[in-house]
Amino acid sequence: MSPAQPRAGLSDAALVSAIRSGKEGAMAELYDRYSAVVYSVSLRVLGDTGAAEDVLQEVFLQLWRNPDWFDSSRGNLAPWLAVIARNRSIDVLRKRRPESDVEDVLLSVEPDMAGDADRAVVMSKVRTVLGGMPEAQRSVLEMAYFEGLSHSEISAKTGEPLGTVKTRIRTGLLTLRKAFEA
Amino acid sequence: MSGHEQFAENLALLALGSLEGEERLALEKHLQECASCRRELESLRGDLALLSLSTAGPKPPARSRERLVAAIAREPRRGTASSQRRSGWILAPSLLAAAFMLLTIFLMKQNSTLTQRIAAMDYDAAARQVELQHAHEIVATLTASDAMRVTLVAAKSAPQPQGKAIFVRDRSSLIFIASNMPAAPPEKAYELWLIPTRGAPIPAGVFKPDAHGSATVVNPPLPLGIKAKTFAITIEPAAGSTTPTMPIVMLGAGE
Repeated sequence: MSPAQPRAGLSDAALVSAIRSGKEGAMAELYDRYSAVVYSVSLRVLGDTGAAEDVLQEVFLQLWRNPDWFDSSRGNLAPWLAVIARNRSIDVLRKRRPESDVEDVLLSVEPDMAGDADRAVVMSKVRTVLGGMPEAQRSVLEMAYFEGLSHSEISAKTGEPLGTVKTRIRTGLLTLRKAFEA
Repeated sequence: MSGHEQFAENLALLALGSLEGEERLALEKHLQECASCRRELESLRGDLALLSLSTAGPKPPARSRERLVAAIAREPRRGTASSQRRSGWILAPSLLAAAFMLLTIFLMKQNSTLTQRIAAMDYDAAARQVELQHAHEIVATLTASDAMRVTLVAAKSAPQPQGKAIFVRDRSSLIFIASNMPAAPPEKAYELWLIPTRGAPIPAGVFKPDAHGSATVVNPPLPLGIKAKTFAITIEPAAGSTTPTMPIVMLGAGE
């Protein structure tokens, strides 16, 4: 597989179909498209480049082995890979076996994240929304997502009641969603 | 999600993978029956995906790609060979229903295989299209009449006629680019010659430089598999010759 040329016309669904047929070039192209998404999430969770590279390998190798895990009727791969990468990284962080089946991860998300430019816009907007959140809420959201702490652990760490932590997590996520619905 | 507010916060925790015990079991049971909460769970995962994007930035090192390529190469091959097994079914009247079912399964597998092949062909066709476009762009740049051709030489030296031949033996593919060439004499042209390691010089294209002294020859007809020793240029009648006319005005051996 030589470095893939940009093939703007090939959708994620077309590439996944080609992977089903054993096309290594299609896999290389998906890697070129989304490896930074997977790697940066893993690196944020694990804080270690070697461990993040291992998760990156594992996620793409699993996709190569099981392309049917991704339901291409549900949009592009970026958000799905991001969530898979986060979940796997938390498993590594907590030294536990993968908790959920990858194929069970169904998600729906409003903005298109297929292109680099689309993702850059989303990234910028997410950062703006996070920056505008009250510190306590952002901090709880990040502890829950990037550190994989349970609501009980966050409650113990921050001293906030369990119910408050739960509410902060949910309202934080809804705030993000709302920013993209507008 | 009206009426299901009691599950709202736990749905977010489930999406995060941090809901445990009784609460998780209760919610999973509810999800089996509630499409609205299933949709909300998918949306919450979408929200988490957005949160992931806040990390975007660092790119993995190049070695990760190489590692993945090597890992994939070690994986069992799939897709190129048909993977369906032929069921050993035999049609018999008493087994008609079973046979029909097997036939249906067989046809479904066949359909799936054909769908995969079509997807692979679509991918190949799209990939070839991009490569072709890429090649066209290169050739168009090399041969454009309005292209700016600049030859860089040591400072303070007068422009000298130069020719650059790029030859790929296995494909008999030759691109020749010349610059600072004086105009050919009236009714004459320059002719490029491929001089093989064995045998007579082979004509490799006739050209006349433009007003700026630039010229290109792209993929002239050449026999396959010829090993080139040198390339040479002579001045010939405008239609070209089959054997070079001395003297050789330019000459270059392979690097």
